[in-house]
Amino acid sequence: MSKLTLTAFAAMTTLAFSNAAQAEKIAIIGGTVHTMTAQGSIEEATVLIEDGKISNIIPQIVSTDESYRVIDAKGKVVTPGFIGAYTSLGLVEVSGWANTVDSSVAASALHAALDATVAVNPDTTLRNISRIEGITSAATAVTYTDTMYKGRGAIITLADDVDPVMKPRAFMTIDVSNHGADVNGGSRAALWVDLRNALNEAIYAQKITFTPQTEWHGSLSKANVQALIPVVKGEMPLLVQVHRASDIRRVIKITNNFKRLNITLVGAAEAWRVADEIAAAGMSVILNPESNLPYSFEQNGATLENSARLHDAGVNVAIGMGTHNIRLAPQHAGNAVANGLPWQAGLASLTTAPAKIYGIDQQVGSLKAGMQADIVVWSGDPLEVMEAPTNVIINGVEVKLESRQTKLRDRYLTLDKAKPQQYTRP
Amino acid sequence: MKNLNKALFTGFTLVAVATLAGCGGDKAKKEQAPFVEINQDPFPSTYKALPSVPTLIKNVNVYDGIGGLVENTSVLLNQGKILAIGSSIEAADNAKIVDGQGKWLTPGIIDVHSHLGVYATPDTGSHADGNEMTKPVTPGVWAEHSIWPQDPGFRRALAGGVTSLQILPGSGNLIGGRSVTVKNLPNRVIQDMKFPDAPYGIKMACGENPKRVYGEKGGPMTRMGNVAGYRQAWADAQDYQRSWDKYKTDYDAGKDAKAPKRDLAKETLAGVLSGDILVHMHCYRADDMGTMMDVMKEFDYQIASFQHGVEAYKIADKLAENNVCAALWADWWGFKMEAYDGIRENIPMVHQAKACAIVHSDSDQGIQRLNQEAAKALSDGQRIGIDISKAEAWQWLTSNAAKSLGIFEQTGSIEVGKNADVVLWSAEPFSTYSQAELVFIDGGLAFDRNKPETWAISDYELGQVAEGDRK
Repeated sequence: MSKLTLTAFAAMTTLAFSNAAQAEKIAIIGGTVHTMTAQGSIEEATVLIEDGKISNIIPQIVSTDESYRVIDAKGKVVTPGFIGAYTSLGLVEVSGWANTVDSSVAASALHAALDATVAVNPDTTLRNISRIEGITSAATAVTYTDTMYKGRGAIITLADDVDPVMKPRAFMTIDVSNHGADVNGGSRAALWVDLRNALNEAIYAQKITFTPQTEWHGSLSKANVQALIPVVKGEMPLLVQVHRASDIRRVIKITNNFKRLNITLVGAAEAWRVADEIAAAGMSVILNPESNLPYSFEQNGATLENSARLHDAGVNVAIGMGTHNIRLAPQHAGNAVANGLPWQAGLASLTTAPAKIYGIDQQVGSLKAGMQADIVVWSGDPLEVMEAPTNVIINGVEVKLESRQTKLRDRYLTLDKAKPQQYTRP
Repeated sequence: MKNLNKALFTGFTLVAVATLAGCGGDKAKKEQAPFVEINQDPFPSTYKALPSVPTLIKNVNVYDGIGGLVENTSVLLNQGKILAIGSSIEAADNAKIVDGQGKWLTPGIIDVHSHLGVYATPDTGSHADGNEMTKPVTPGVWAEHSIWPQDPGFRRALAGGVTSLQILPGSGNLIGGRSVTVKNLPNRVIQDMKFPDAPYGIKMACGENPKRVYGEKGGPMTRMGNVAGYRQAWADAQDYQRSWDKYKTDYDAGKDAKAPKRDLAKETLAGVLSGDILVHMHCYRADDMGTMMDVMKEFDYQIASFQHGVEAYKIADKLAENNVCAALWADWWGFKMEAYDGIRENIPMVHQAKACAIVHSDSDQGIQRLNQEAAKALSDGQRIGIDISKAEAWQWLTSNAAKSLGIFEQTGSIEVGKNADVVLWSAEPFSTYSQAELVFIDGGLAFDRNKPETWAISDYELGQVAEGDRK
């Protein structure tokens, strides 16, 4: 085993980016840096990285001593690494008809207590495929269940060689849209009563120390009700999948009785219709800004201007829903901008907005001294479809812009090979 | 394609039915029954262009859709056609002048893979009309008989600069049925939208979907079962063709020939064998496509396009050799095993091999920004050194698409004499921020982004929340 490791290490030292780079000091020099902090956007700035953290942001080009490896970012754009706002990264490799899909749960006695944290597979090919396009961390959760609950999700990093979980059991998701109603008695008339009851039981359960012998006569199982306790205490963000304006109003109304709920609306096709109320309730929204069709009656109001209208009302809007193609979140944000969202808010929707939702904004999502060094250097405007990352740094380590897909590409880039492709290693 | 039966299965003209044999003096000879000829166009297009005025778009940059870029020129639309192109064009006094300063004009986008109308929104079971999954070979069904013209998706696609689209049955079946090409001008009945004189297509599907659907419903349950299914269908179609050929030969010889019973499924397949109906085949894996190109040769038909072709880059040279287009996504992948090897450079790598690459959507959202899909594919190709210009890449959206549908003589490029299917973009259309401002179909202004009061609204959306909103 040790021999293997040594061989592997020897091989890796020949690469530009090895594990040894962990301690590397990096200077990103000359780019337009969008800090997403009060420091704003700075042209021709320098970002210094040390020990996995940002050590300084200097609003000019500086010359560093040779302890720094320099990334020349002149003419380029530097942003915080993007945060996949709502994904199943690490829970699914191939979604359809392909063995284990941990992003989907059916016929389990657990619902609120489901825990994506323990299901995350850091070796998924989706990690590299996503990060080489600028996604450096993500919220990940079960996305399909046969109850209104999707259980607890985790925040993960897309870095190599570290525990992928940055924050376990970081949030809970419930679904009060048509689908949630369909799997809860087939009607909102059942769903909302069940939900209110469940939250009430969690309030009661706060005072109980549960053991297998504990007497408990609630309708939820012990495991499920315990999982809801941090939600009703407001310690665990509650994501609520919802589309219809009237349902959003109902979500807002339920906080009259459960005042500590820390709610973010997900999907939210008709959120713009109640934008002021959402803003007044202090709720954030995670949405797909390209969803503009009435997929169901609850989404009749869907419009490309949803993000812009919510932003105008003062709502914190995060963009980025998907798994295999969470890498398209910047394009989604760009389309929100094309439909009225200010550009800076578009960038925030991929960085500070999700960081705020998950309470990780002191770690990731902006560029300032002390933050985790998740940084992307782009060839140009990251929201433009023709631009792409030139450098991706996660936890202070620059990762190779390589994935299973780039290897397939390189293998087949020329087809007139003497030997079959399987003998070719790109 | 060449075929003995051409005379029977060709053309889309209406039919002459009765051809009585002469009854000279030969009383002994029994009088022939009228010759039975099949009406190839029982649901003829009733498309009418919108009213139009001569329109001169001035000072505009043009991607002509066949690889060319002309900066700062003018294009004159007149009576539904592109009448003239050039910086010195004068328009008649009654012409509408559009200032294209800083804007871009392109041929209207053609999406070769849409399910609008057959899987309409709202996405209810009532609207799931795209897959006749009752048996694996159903060439007798026609997508046009499922299309709901009130699907709000048509208007959304229009705002994305789509002027024509092919609507296909789904991919649950080995042979899913006929596709239809329509103008993106929603109307009351589908005949009002049908692209005049466009050939029919047929949807076929490789791989996972049919075997998943039928594996426990009598088969096929494997890829080899799939291939046996296609081959038997073609063999049966050949037999059907021969029976009609014999009927015609016998009839022409004056015999008292009885016409074979019509079989709607085989009739469509025979139309493929005679070259009148174009095959569009859903295939992901390179090996599946390789197999199908041999089946194509075995039964002497042409595959116009592979659809989705997630692994087209692995056999791009073979696609070029066999003259098969590949209609592809920029970056979809991973939703099933046969989509696992998707790469972002698929489209430019197919283009580089001199095969015909097309950007398609298969999505009611993707269809709204196909220009961005082309932009992504182009830049991914450029980054690995594939030298393709933006003007060349626009072929993926229009001329290559039109060629695969057999409508390139009418549309798909900005050339004098072509249909005036054009889009004026607010900015360079390879940008995320660029939007279709004006969309002309046959010279008629079908969409004007800046005049919401003129927008089409589907019946479904009338009287609903957010009727007439920006969508």
